[in-house]
Amino acid sequence: MKLSLRGVATEARLLLIGIPLLLWTMLPIYHLFLFAISPKDSAFAGNLWPDHPTLRNFAVVFGEQHYYLSHFWRQLFNSLVIALAVGAITLLVAAAAAFAISRLKVKGGRTVMNLALFTYFIPAAFLAVPMYRTMGIYGLLNSQWALIWAMVTIAAPYAIWVLKQASDKLPYELDEAAVIDGASPLQLFRLVYVPLIMPSLVAVGTYAILLAWNEYLYAFLLLSKDTDVTLAVGLGNFLAADDSPWELLMATGLIYALPPAAIYYAFKRYMVAGLTAGAVKG
Amino acid sequence: MVFLVFVLYPVAYGFWLARDPQTYVRLFDDPIFPRSVVNTLAFLIVGINLKMMVALALSGFLVQTRAWIRWLSLLFILPWAVPSIPTILSFRFMLNPEWGIINSVIFKLTGDDGPNWLNDPTLALSLAVMVHIWKSLPFWTLILIAGRLAIPGEIYEAAAVDGAAKWQSFRYITWPSMQTLYLTCTIISMIWTLGDFNSVYLLTGGGPADLTHVLATLGIRYLRLDAVDLSMAAIVCALPLVLPLVFFMMKRLSK
Repeated sequence: MKLSLRGVATEARLLLIGIPLLLWTMLPIYHLFLFAISPKDSAFAGNLWPDHPTLRNFAVVFGEQHYYLSHFWRQLFNSLVIALAVGAITLLVAAAAAFAISRLKVKGGRTVMNLALFTYFIPAAFLAVPMYRTMGIYGLLNSQWALIWAMVTIAAPYAIWVLKQASDKLPYELDEAAVIDGASPLQLFRLVYVPLIMPSLVAVGTYAILLAWNEYLYAFLLLSKDTDVTLAVGLGNFLAADDSPWELLMATGLIYALPPAAIYYAFKRYMVAGLTAGAVKG
Repeated sequence: MVFLVFVLYPVAYGFWLARDPQTYVRLFDDPIFPRSVVNTLAFLIVGINLKMMVALALSGFLVQTRAWIRWLSLLFILPWAVPSIPTILSFRFMLNPEWGIINSVIFKLTGDDGPNWLNDPTLALSLAVMVHIWKSLPFWTLILIAGRLAIPGEIYEAAAVDGAAKWQSFRYITWPSMQTLYLTCTIISMIWTLGDFNSVYLLTGGGPADLTHVLATLGIRYLRLDAVDLSMAAIVCALPLVLPLVFFMMKRLSK
């Protein structure tokens, strides 16, 4: 094997970028992990690895043995239900809208599309205050439906856009053939359209679920009861006091962060393809 | 229908709440407001340019086909794949002046106490920008990698045969083909950065003394103070910045 000096130099230069990049990326995440497995008193020692790594923090979290955690399971369940509901409703709304706009060519489709794009680009933080007031008027405040509908509204525009792009690519002959065979629009939707855009549906559904699971601002605005809020808000509540138990917060945070990360890596192919296809085109 | 009930009506209602010119006078009288505007602009200008330039450079690094770079790029996505609350709180604790890991390391190395990171407005805002970059860098790098991969490799080979140096092939091949994408990304990222609530709110909470608010968090601050009209007015003030960008993007995407 010949080791060229040049090759070593290139490799060294690449490592010189790679190592700082790795540190920069992993530092907060490692810090999170470190706290989660440190016993209470040694967590502040500033060591790179705790002297006595422990899973006790997780036991405390799972046993809801701290004031901040008294509704842990309930909040985890809330997060899950709300995320799944948002995913399902978004898929339903977006698939129907994209089908109507792209395949049935309903009138006003372009307007709806433009409105959707408009909503997609307005930052959600700016819509939060009017949304909060409107939910109050609808009488939905402090009901989990408020959060579900708000998140559907935020997730749907992008979903519609991605699905419309995907369905524009399907050949029209398919629809025509199905219509000649006597398919109603509903059958066309169910039997032809949905199976064909399945990959995009997976991407969009995952996107909506993650969006809802990760949301903090809307969750803490629209919900207030400790048994109603999502785990995200539960985590935020740790900030209420300076002497919060960090190691418990970090353990909870780790539990909270794992599902989305796992989902992301499992569906990575779909997610990246969907996202980049949209962006690169523009 | 969903849009009508949950978008149009809230937006219209929001404008209606902010209809009184008197509200704007009160808003401008609040010293926090001009400060927030300046913060927002600084956040935007520094944050976006830094982020996009680093993303452009990193996309060149991560497209390399070495095995260890592939593994690194998988890890590199983590900040974006993980929810922001735990990681931002992790940052916040790292920066705690008394117990945070950063100041303990500084103390170990130099024997001096580190700075009180989040208690200095400028420092705190810079750190919020840093957290924002940490969180959103992977996403934009990913997009720019896709852009780079779309450039046919033969062009680079031909250029290499012609004796082009590395920076020349960047200057004359990569950059011209990525220009549009880079601009699009910058604009989208500008809109989203304007709405970045979490990086500021969870790291500094707007403090110290409400000096690190940006427009996205200011609205919530007024809401907390039970001044919904002020809150809406603050958001309306962000619109001249947001709307042109939004319309520009819509034109691009609805083609």
